Amino acid sequence: MTPKLTRRRFIKSVIFFGAAASSGAGFYLASAAAQRPAGGVERLVSLNVNGRTRRVDVMPQETLAHTLRYKLGLTGTKLGCNRGECGACTVTVDDVTNYACSTLTHSVKGRQVVTVEGLRAADGTLHAVQQAFIDELSPQCGFCTPGQIMSAVALLKTNPRPTREEARQALSGNLCRCGAYDHYLNGVMRASGQLS
Amino acid sequence: MPAYDNMPAMELYQPVQVEDALSLASRLADRGWLLGGGQDTYGWIKDRAKRPEALIDLNGIESMRGIRETSDGIEIGALATLTEISTNPLISERYALLAKAASVVASPQIRNVGTIAGNVSQDVRCWYYRRGLDCYRAGGNLCYADTPEAQNREHALFNASRCVAVTPSDTGPALVALEAQMVISREGGQRVVAAEDFFVGPAINITRTTVMEPGEILTAVRIPAKWANAEYFYEKVADRNVWDFALVSLAAVMRTEGGNIQDSRLVCGAVECTPRRLRSVEQAIQGQPRNQATADMVAGMASEGAQPLTHNHFKMPLMDNLVQRALTA
Repeated sequence: MTPKLTRRRFIKSVIFFGAAASSGAGFYLASAAAQRPAGGVERLVSLNVNGRTRRVDVMPQETLAHTLRYKLGLTGTKLGCNRGECGACTVTVDDVTNYACSTLTHSVKGRQVVTVEGLRAADGTLHAVQQAFIDELSPQCGFCTPGQIMSAVALLKTNPRPTREEARQALSGNLCRCGAYDHYLNGVMRASGQLS
Repeated sequence: MPAYDNMPAMELYQPVQVEDALSLASRLADRGWLLGGGQDTYGWIKDRAKRPEALIDLNGIESMRGIRETSDGIEIGALATLTEISTNPLISERYALLAKAASVVASPQIRNVGTIAGNVSQDVRCWYYRRGLDCYRAGGNLCYADTPEAQNREHALFNASRCVAVTPSDTGPALVALEAQMVISREGGQRVVAAEDFFVGPAINITRTTVMEPGEILTAVRIPAKWANAEYFYEKVADRNVWDFALVSLAAVMRTEGGNIQDSRLVCGAVECTPRRLRSVEQAIQGQPRNQATADMVAGMASEGAQPLTHNHFKMPLMDNLVQRALTA
């Protein structure tokens, strides 16, 4: 294997250029899915992710986290527990936070999915929350950060100047094993212009 | 048991009419699985502890959404999310007990997708059962939680019958307190069941926690005007304020007149397989003022008759103390 042909690139090319996922890209479920009885949903769906329409082949039982990470290459969305118990996979669907590990991809058809990759402006300027989290040194290890950012972004959309307690509530569905909760809250207060 | 990241192959149906969903539910019966927010679904399937052949995703059914005012109270569509319920102005104003109960379920993200129907229909949280062990509830002939060595501090104090699991629902006790009516539809008909009769214990049916039969769908929850704007108390005690299920919860509504309690309903969660009405307390406090003296009078009454397991004795004073708080809050 040449150094350029990484597994991720291989998977991306398989997905983007229309070959079926069952061509051996490592999805052990794909062959089982092919034997599925007829009926139910169409597998080829259009998803609106980060403002772009993406055509993608989605298994009926596939979670949004799986689609984002392994089919669309959007690995900013992390999988921590994969059971809706940590918040690392938080994305917004129509501006509302969801656990992508506990959402069926087929249930977000026709809805606006935003991941951490979709936050920065076209010119590369970071979202206010992203910049504030950097300024406040909010992350320690950083694994939970994309989820924390998405929860904070969703909060500020509905409540641009939250109290610290409201921010605490809004971010309560995101675990941080480093315990950097207060640093994230500082970040939210800075992003909302309440900390200079 | 290994845990898998992905779910096994299944069919997925996304009906947009309730009739289509009912016909699917009826045709698939035990092989199908109704999907609302899915937060009590994916874990079972990822763990391979339950293996439905098809998911029936109800989220596209508009008629099962929304919160409406009716001639006698309100009707909540089965798919109303817990976030919608906890922030709805009508519910917050008249049935603040339910808004409060919905606001303490799990985490914000789970409340954003978790539905009222799912919250009352969710399966018990006994980890032996969840692990996929062949216990009574799973069709076997053994309870792993009711042994001297078992970890059972979350389990039942009352009315255990082979299975000692408790109801995990936070909104269940509130709905029983508010005398809600559950609208259950099936192909060609529907029935309306009082919330109090909706939940069933293991003595009646050990494989289910509600009266719902295969092929039926809970389509709406009605709350009568009877307890609108009543005095209320709700508290959920859990290890963590987020995610964790209740160790004990108490939902109470009261009507007072001239300072005395005329009528009340007190309902405990997480002490038996169904929400538990504290009838003896309700009777004892009738006509009494809502104060410390009344709380002292009924001290210990809530937990009377409890049959604790090895590690859950603490739930008895917890119940009693919650009743104290309800009467003195």
